[in-house]
Amino acid sequence: MAKMHFTNEHEWIRVDGDIGTVGITDYAQEQLGDVVFVELPEVGAQLEQGGEAGVVESVKAASEVYAPVTGEVVEVNEDLADAPDKVNGAAQTDGWFFKIKLSDPTQLDPMMDAAAYAKYVESLQ
Amino acid sequence: MRYLPLTHEDRQQMLSVIGAESVEDLFRDVPADALLSDPVALPGTQGEMAVEQAFRAFAAGNVSPSSAPSFLGGGAYRHHIPATVDHLIQRGEFLTAYTPYQPEVAQGTLQYLFEFQTQVALLTGMDVANASMYDGATSCAEAVMMATRTRKRRRVVISGGLHPHYRETSVTYGKYTDLDIHALPADWQDSEDAGAAIDGETACVVVQYPDFFGRVRDYTALADACHAAGALLVVVVTEVVSLGLLKPPGEMGADIVAGEGQSLGNAASFGGPTVGLMAVRGSFLRQMPGRLAGQTVDVDGRRGFVLTLSTREQHIRREKATSNICTNSGLCALAFTIHLTLLGEQGLVRLAELNHANAVELADRLAAVPGVDVLNDTFFNELTVRLPKPAAGVVDAMAERGVLGGIPVSRLYPDNPDLRNLLLVAATELNSSDDMDALVATLTEALS
Amino acid sequence: MMDRAMMDREGTFTGNRGLEKEEPLIFEQGSPGKTAVDLPEPPASKNRLGGLERRAPIGLPGLSEPEVVRHYLRLSQKNYGIDTGFYPLGSCTMKHNPRINEKVARLPGLGDLHPLQPVSTVQGALELIDTCAHWLKVLTGMPAVTMNPAAGAHGELVGLMTIRAALEDRGDARKRVLVPESAHGTNPATAAMCGYAVQSIPADDRGRVDLAILRERLDSDVAAVMVTNPNTCGLFENDVQEIAKATHEAGAFFYCDGANFNALVGRVRPGDLGIDCMHLNLHKTFSTPHGGGGPGSGPVVLSEALAPYAPVPYVVHGPDGATLVEKPDDSDGKPFGRIKGFHGQFGMFVRALSYMMSLGSDGLRDVSGDAVLSANYILARLQDTFRVPFPAPCMHEVLFSDRTLKGTGVTTLDMAKALLDEGFHPMTVYFPLVVNGAMLVEPTETESKESIDSFVDTMKHLAERAAAGDVKFFHDSPYLTPRRRLDETTAARNPILRWHPPSLDHAAE
Repeated sequence: MAKMHFTNEHEWIRVDGDIGTVGITDYAQEQLGDVVFVELPEVGAQLEQGGEAGVVESVKAASEVYAPVTGEVVEVNEDLADAPDKVNGAAQTDGWFFKIKLSDPTQLDPMMDAAAYAKYVESLQ
Repeated sequence: MRYLPLTHEDRQQMLSVIGAESVEDLFRDVPADALLSDPVALPGTQGEMAVEQAFRAFAAGNVSPSSAPSFLGGGAYRHHIPATVDHLIQRGEFLTAYTPYQPEVAQGTLQYLFEFQTQVALLTGMDVANASMYDGATSCAEAVMMATRTRKRRRVVISGGLHPHYRETSVTYGKYTDLDIHALPADWQDSEDAGAAIDGETACVVVQYPDFFGRVRDYTALADACHAAGALLVVVVTEVVSLGLLKPPGEMGADIVAGEGQSLGNAASFGGPTVGLMAVRGSFLRQMPGRLAGQTVDVDGRRGFVLTLSTREQHIRREKATSNICTNSGLCALAFTIHLTLLGEQGLVRLAELNHANAVELADRLAAVPGVDVLNDTFFNELTVRLPKPAAGVVDAMAERGVLGGIPVSRLYPDNPDLRNLLLVAATELNSSDDMDALVATLTEALS
Repeated sequence: MMDRAMMDREGTFTGNRGLEKEEPLIFEQGSPGKTAVDLPEPPASKNRLGGLERRAPIGLPGLSEPEVVRHYLRLSQKNYGIDTGFYPLGSCTMKHNPRINEKVARLPGLGDLHPLQPVSTVQGALELIDTCAHWLKVLTGMPAVTMNPAAGAHGELVGLMTIRAALEDRGDARKRVLVPESAHGTNPATAAMCGYAVQSIPADDRGRVDLAILRERLDSDVAAVMVTNPNTCGLFENDVQEIAKATHEAGAFFYCDGANFNALVGRVRPGDLGIDCMHLNLHKTFSTPHGGGGPGSGPVVLSEALAPYAPVPYVVHGPDGATLVEKPDDSDGKPFGRIKGFHGQFGMFVRALSYMMSLGSDGLRDVSGDAVLSANYILARLQDTFRVPFPAPCMHEVLFSDRTLKGTGVTTLDMAKALLDEGFHPMTVYFPLVVNGAMLVEPTETESKESIDSFVDTMKHLAERAAAGDVKFFHDSPYLTPRRRLDETTAARNPILRWHPPSLDHAAE
């Protein structure tokens, strides 16, 4: 399986060819609590790295999801509309948010890998 | 003072527990030059008797529409409010509760809001309604904001049949968020084609039903035109009793209904507080402002209600909220829902029929007054007549003879000379034939 | 023999618990043919509805009057109000609502006035608005007030729009509004509705606006600084005059959120602190009923510089008595427009004025004195039980954090739910966000010492119970309320926002 990259804002991206799959991390879903609604970008939307890509909501909180890389949205996870709980149950697999066609794969280089992200999370607690 | 339970001894004891010399001591964070040492220059404490007398004196300076023949409408209507309404809304558990933040001890409020939302959705023919807004005008403005947000467009077309206060409030709300509001001129001649004003940048068209001049129009074709252009149709209802008799806006294709609910359960109270209504198609639910009560279950599996979808709101979303609205019109919504529950299906239909029948009689009697033209072909309980001279003076002359004979359209459209002679008159179930005799007599006299 | 435990376990046949009755929705009761309002037969006439008659039934239920009375009475019994007991909901000012206010608001000639009667027939009403305005101006030490806003948040909007109109009039469009982190959510939401970008100002370790950071961020692009004073931690902003000065030096306006004016009324005039603009929540400081969430009323007091831009309508006096300026064109000033239908929340002015006249200038001084005294008394009595994040004195409300609950497994929310069983409405929880597990307690001046003591003793008892590790008890609280903890997740994931006839429910499934 392709390598996952992580952001400070608790998104992950897994790249296969020039397509990256994006979601929020397990740590992020735990902090949010029961996810009740996910707002996804539109297919075809052009996103800038660090720009707003969507919103994830629990009962008492709403949190922006940012694009980890620049690119075009090629697919969104329609299942989340009816089953937002997938974000809680499988944040880093079936609970993915959208797929993006990377404009600049070098944007991945400075991102954290799983081990670095785990350390980062530890530092927050 | 009767509202303050602490005695001198209590205060001394409390200060000693705190370890402070005096109450003034507790204000030591306030800059010394801003701390007053004496009471401000206003009258001192008064007993209940004196206060009541003072308010009776204020009241005596007014003409009470309950004791004069009154034909005023224009977005605020005088209806009979059953005694039960006022009795029930003054139950302390309703009156003195706050927003239901702790649902376990607020099921009363939450259940009536859920029932209120259902009633509003049924009346308007829409999918969902919120738990109320401040009033009709602000609800209309919020509908405009919501439409522009949803459609991601800036242009708003406002019909010349919309109540001027609603138009002005919407213009104000849009003023600093860069909306392009295209308000059509006063449509007193019933010649407007709002559909022609729609373009590819239009977020919504706002119309009123029945409109400000009292006319009842079918907006089905307009809804189609809106939808064809990717715009929304906002239908405003200022006299909610009309929906007992009229086809609901939802059936015409409205996307958002913004209304004023004062007619049910709420006295006119010189214009406020009243209760704004908002109902939408289901797909716009998450763009809707205001509180929402929703059904759920408790840990024992029993049905209960909570405030829900709060992430739309300011206390969570802050600057990204759908609106800054916090407090709504809870108690006025309660009055509305109790009145509507008392009426029921049969009562509301009967009430609407009575209003319409009285307005038909009023129209016929006014048409018979020399020099008076009834402009409306259609109406519910309010209509516009043209007088042979400026309406403002005529209304003042009628008021001097003890009749509140309507609203001069010029009060709301002061700058349009075409409207100077127009008078807006409404009849509700409270207007007797005697009232109409008085109106016709004083009007005839004032015109002669 | 039946004992209480068995009754609790087995419940009753009906699900009722004595005086506490289960109550179905109105839609599950009655029949379409019933009504609780007997109206005369309408006279026969040809209708003028233009063929737009409703064809399908609305779907409203029909109930008789006794059924309706019972329905709402039973619902009321599932609610907690100030009339029920202590309601220390911080930053909401849940004080006693005097009933004389309700009585006078319903007098014929006040409650039944139509907003568009000829002004000659409403001279008493205009005088009443003016008198209420006068009290508010004197109490705040400000020269002008607009009575239009429908609630506090609406007042914020009017305040910021007034500021924007004034700035634009001097050709000085600015883009940002500075708002402290601890502010109510309405502040940033309002600034956004007014077209401003929001920049947040952190609190310093005293729980006050960090003056150094504020000064750093104040530049020629800042339109206004919005500060709640006392702030949402219940603290007086000691540096308020410096904030005002720095704000004015930057050419910006100083907006004060007056939600917490109850701490100051009769003793401190915000006008003396250098503010330009402040809304007053009549349903907080001036005792108009909260009514389950409104109606509110949010008059905004204004400085001389802002007064000309206030919205229409307003009352003026002429040779023929009082009249209303209802259109910007008729104004001597430069009103930015209209913000709601008609003339403000008149019925709330009546109630607030009745309250102010009852207390008078001396009584209102005691209001803030007793409110601040009671909050500090709670602080003193609970400071060894809960952590007080910022040193005393507090103003009208006291903030505790959940530090002493750490490690017990009991949360702030659990404390709140356990208080429900003890017969108290909980304090505000998890607000403000500047401390963890916030508990914001606002007793107000209308609680007796006995009632405050009872609350304090209960809080101490619950804290001991938490420390003793009785976690399950807390997690399952409340036990005795009409409903126990409600499933908010399901409510939000699958929103049911109205009743549907049973057949449609099936169709949807």
